[in-house]
Amino acid sequence: MADARKARILIAKPGLDGHDRGAKIIARALRDAGFEVIYTGLHQTPEMIVNAALQEDVDAIGLSILSGAHNHLFPRVVELLREKGASDKIVFGGGIIPAEDIPALKKAGIVEIFTPGTPLSEIVEFVRKTVGT
Amino acid sequence: MESPAKKLWREELEKAFHELPPRQKVFTTLSGEEVPELCGPEDVQFDYEKDLGYPGVYPFTRGVQPSMYRGRLWTMRQFSGFGTAEDTNRRYKYLLAQGQTGLSVAFHMPTLMGRDSDSEYARGEVGRCGVAVDTLRDMEILFEGIPLDQVTTSMTINAPAAILLAMYIAVAEKQGVSRRQIGGTIQNDILKEYIAQKSWIFPPKESMRIIQDILVFCTQEVPRWNTISISGYHIREAGSTAVQELAFTLADGIGYVQAGIEAGLDVDAFAPRLSFFFNAHIDFFEEIAKYRAARRIWARTMKERFGARDPRSMKLRFHTQTAGCSLTAQQPMNNVVRTAVEALAAVLGGTQSLHTNSMDETLALPTEEAVTVALRTQQILAEETGVANTIDPLGGSYFVEYLTNRMESQAMAYIEEIDRMGGIIRAIELGYPQKEIAEASYRYQMALESGEKTLVGVNKYVMGEESPIEILKIPPEKEEQQVRRLREIKKSRSSRDVARSLQALEKAARSKENLMPVILEAVKAYASIGEICDVLRGVFGVYEDPAYF
Repeated sequence: MADARKARILIAKPGLDGHDRGAKIIARALRDAGFEVIYTGLHQTPEMIVNAALQEDVDAIGLSILSGAHNHLFPRVVELLREKGASDKIVFGGGIIPAEDIPALKKAGIVEIFTPGTPLSEIVEFVRKTVGT
Repeated sequence: MESPAKKLWREELEKAFHELPPRQKVFTTLSGEEVPELCGPEDVQFDYEKDLGYPGVYPFTRGVQPSMYRGRLWTMRQFSGFGTAEDTNRRYKYLLAQGQTGLSVAFHMPTLMGRDSDSEYARGEVGRCGVAVDTLRDMEILFEGIPLDQVTTSMTINAPAAILLAMYIAVAEKQGVSRRQIGGTIQNDILKEYIAQKSWIFPPKESMRIIQDILVFCTQEVPRWNTISISGYHIREAGSTAVQELAFTLADGIGYVQAGIEAGLDVDAFAPRLSFFFNAHIDFFEEIAKYRAARRIWARTMKERFGARDPRSMKLRFHTQTAGCSLTAQQPMNNVVRTAVEALAAVLGGTQSLHTNSMDETLALPTEEAVTVALRTQQILAEETGVANTIDPLGGSYFVEYLTNRMESQAMAYIEEIDRMGGIIRAIELGYPQKEIAEASYRYQMALESGEKTLVGVNKYVMGEESPIEILKIPPEKEEQQVRRLREIKKSRSSRDVARSLQALEKAARSKENLMPVILEAVKAYASIGEICDVLRGVFGVYEDPAYF
């Protein structure tokens, strides 16, 4: 029997930048696609994000950042999840992220990085595939 | 009654569409507003003298200066800042050498949020999307060799605006330039932070008190300083329509004028130092109409609603930046063309200063090469195309005047709605502008997804693998460098002076005393932005994101 529980996704804004247009659009698109979406709001430290992920018992975490601090903040979230024994949660991210930074981010455990101009359908599809509905 | 000529045109039009149907069922602007196929005299009701008039003359629809660009071109002001103060100082000197005529400082995120470079919140952010400024020492380096009586400087700083203004005054005074001589702008527009840009620290009421203190202080002591740059730019970047940008920005402006009056100032004592900052998006005519409507609404509001008598209080002077959100990471060279068209709209709309984005800004901060092309774009517009040679060349265009009138009435409807709610602060507390923008932004994204709106290189004319362009990299060592400098300053300054000035600040914050003089004392003692903001956070509390989506 399929689990009736909807997959839960945390959309989070690590770091100090306030560019939340993308994060909110993704949050809404995932909600419209049938996921349970929790949005952290702005200015979250990696610790706050991981705490929210554990508290809300989410299946995946989508990180959005546009300030250029991704190389530090994204891997830090994965690291903290690991420390808390929650590395089963899928972490993906997006924002102003140069192509050359992507391999290292993936190696650090960010499953996918979406850069500007990615169609929403592609992100929704990714979440469906990796998390299930 | 339609004229025989118009009737004939309609018949011909029908025939033409019969042979070749219209490309779309409905034609709309970027903001989704329907566009008529043709505008004529009957579509535009205006009384020329009353509604348009002459440049430099009320209601300023055609421009705020009588001579516009015939006297002086707009100020070419590229927003710039990255790495440490030394790095950015070099970029400023380069830009000035290339013919740029004003400075515009981009601070890194920790400064914008009132945090020091050694704070846990700053990890990974130092010098990334702007220049790192922690103490007066950084500002001294930033403006080293740049005479502050000869350039004007715009600083994009909001929640901690009072602190950066104090630092700028202190640097100028060290250069032997008095505070009465310096010219420039602090953005200091906290209302649009709650609405759109989200670099807030304190709650709205406490933030407005700081702004009142700045208005009073500058009116008395820094007369050439533009105290607030009331900004629609970020509202638009957050996904608003053109009308929402116009309406929410002017509503914020109304909020500040009310705050100034409540602080006991005469409207004409401070309103002339308020300036505006708009976006230049890609829908050419919609943008031009927006600037023209903005001038007319502001002039009438100041005169009729606030009883201003000085025409300078009624003049909406504005800076423009081309739309960052119109740029694409795909085929980045196309961004040069987008920026040129947007810059042309700003010029035809009568802007006082302009920033043109660089082609690589969806990827990182711009390289020197990219920012040079962006500056050259303005110079080509100014000196080759001839568009600056006559004033308001589109004034009287049936279509532009039609759009101007329509945007004015749509914006006024929003402003009246906000008035009904009890003003802009109440509207923000209710989440009204935030939700309207989130709605518009989602609608536009859906239009892109469905292909109803085109974004070249993204949802049409897509190319496969592209060769990456060169981008600016901020080495991680910059963070260590900056943290080291901050620690050295904390060691070498007089800790007694710092402690004393921070105590005075706390006392002032708890009373009604103007904060500016005590902040000036604190920055001169090399108290850091984080230390000063921590004191204020302790007294005022912090604002939490309501996280609407």
